[in-house]
Amino acid sequence: MSKRLSWFIILMMVLGYLFLYGPIFSLIFFSFNASKLVTVWGGFSTQWYSALWNDQPVITAFLLSLRIAVLSSTVATILGTIAGYVLARFGAFGGRTVFSGMVTAPLVMPEVITGLSMLLLFVSMQEMFGWPTRGFTTITLAHITFTMSYIAVVMQSRFSTLDISLEEAAQDLGAKPLKVFFVITLPIVAPAIVSGFLLGFTISIDDLVITSFTSGPGANTLPMVIFSKVRLGLNPEINALASLIIAVVATGVIISTIYMAQAEKRRQRDMQMAVQANE
Amino acid sequence: MSQESIPEGGRLNRAPGARSIGKVLHAMGVRPRLAVILIPYLWLVFFFLVPFGIVLKISFAKLAIAQPPFTPLFVCTDTTITSLWTCFFSGKLDLQPTLAAYGYLFHEPLYFKAYWNSVQTAFWSTIFCLLIGYPMAYGMARSSATVRNALLMLIVLPFWTSFLIRVYAWIGLLKTNGVINNILGSFGILDLLSWAGIHDGPLNMMNTQFAVYIGIIYSYLPFMILPLYANLEKMDLTLLEAANDLGCKPLKAFFLITVPLSFPGIVAGSMLVFIPAVGEYVIPELLGGSNTVMIGRELYNVFSQNRDWPSASAIAIMVLVLLVVPITFYQYYQNKESEAGK
Repeated sequence: MSKRLSWFIILMMVLGYLFLYGPIFSLIFFSFNASKLVTVWGGFSTQWYSALWNDQPVITAFLLSLRIAVLSSTVATILGTIAGYVLARFGAFGGRTVFSGMVTAPLVMPEVITGLSMLLLFVSMQEMFGWPTRGFTTITLAHITFTMSYIAVVMQSRFSTLDISLEEAAQDLGAKPLKVFFVITLPIVAPAIVSGFLLGFTISIDDLVITSFTSGPGANTLPMVIFSKVRLGLNPEINALASLIIAVVATGVIISTIYMAQAEKRRQRDMQMAVQANE
Repeated sequence: MSQESIPEGGRLNRAPGARSIGKVLHAMGVRPRLAVILIPYLWLVFFFLVPFGIVLKISFAKLAIAQPPFTPLFVCTDTTITSLWTCFFSGKLDLQPTLAAYGYLFHEPLYFKAYWNSVQTAFWSTIFCLLIGYPMAYGMARSSATVRNALLMLIVLPFWTSFLIRVYAWIGLLKTNGVINNILGSFGILDLLSWAGIHDGPLNMMNTQFAVYIGIIYSYLPFMILPLYANLEKMDLTLLEAANDLGCKPLKAFFLITVPLSFPGIVAGSMLVFIPAVGEYVIPELLGGSNTVMIGRELYNVFSQNRDWPSASAIAIMVLVLLVVPITFYQYYQNKESEAGK
């Protein structure tokens, strides 16, 4: 679009991005504050980072969150990819409305409701079968269920924009359907699967409400520990922790954005070359 | 289900991919489509749909000092039988629903207040998100390709960072001796306000409804911008040129063409903000202080502090009843969008 944007739009964008990033920058800035009064500057210091390094409960909680996030997003990626495939490719089938409803509802459902309902399910299960005990298992099961919705939506949109002609060509050349799926379809959608996995991972490691409902004694995830500290007010250690999280996430997002853009370019170039070679 | 074994060449235009994976499983002797559908379907039925049934069931129970803390909905009239199944088959099972939990909610004005306050807060937050998000999404969609990707990344980035931490960041800004008051103070604006007789001392923003609004708008703004952007980006700009050629002023063209065409994006964004905001717990808990009552927070407190599971379930059901209409609305538009995209 060549037309210049009006001053109003530019002003709104500047203010909007300031609104989005101001608090984050303020948070990072004060993580280097020597003063314990977080918002009153008392000189530069990295003491809160070293305090964090020695905070055993935070580290334990982080490792627990990491285990839950890896396991739940792996399972959720498999389930979500299948669900996305079904929604994108299977056309109409009996119960499709219910299915797509169940896939999209967790995206908007208030977390307190999802959390409560999950917990009540686990309590009933425990009563009936004696399994699962509340803690790692229940949190993981809950996380699989609600992160799989996000992944399914990502995969659905990927599968429905996928060019079918490649798969059809492979089939025409005699490839067995199973081979077509694993050799053609899966590699093409692999970047989407990776971003689906990362999305699930981020949502899982960040979740507080559903986790608090489904957690049991002793199983404290990182957000639960952060929340219990933050409830009491400002805490310079949390600023340090938050800055670390933001730094990791920002690096990851920037690298993956660049990588995706390059992969897309390479793919288009390869396709062009393939077309030219055929001519 | 008669569609599992479609003969080769049948329904060619409907689902070509289904045929490929279908054939695989068919060769393996499995009823193909059904097997693939069933894996995620059963998971969601068991872990998403069934739990709501349990919530509904417990909302009709009564608080009791027991483990779990409510009266059973099914009671065996013959006390010698301990297994519910045996009781069910011997026909001595009795259903004892009670509306005690709902009655409690209706008689306690706190819950009505929390309910109404949540709807109001979510509504106005959605309006503000739309007013801030629309110009931003519009500007993004009309930027050059490189700038657009960078701007999009900047919108997505906060979404990947912790929600809890972003809410926490506002405590440092809004507090009495927080960043905003310090900045206003150092520029002499607080003195000016005090001199003009408008307000004395630092602004009191923390633990107010205002802070809750800020927190919700801040946290949910990306959810408004992304669907709006996705919609505005693929808009056919020749329509605007045509309107311009026919003598329509840009502002008029914006309201007559761009806004109506972006309606699905507006609906999707608004629902993504409104529905979760109604049940928000973290934001009122951290920024709202004790005087802002919101229904999500009440649900959590009733559940974890009072350990009153039936009332918590009844609150959940009441919130769901309220949200059924917007959720259906959202899904209706989502389906329409995904069909239009094909």
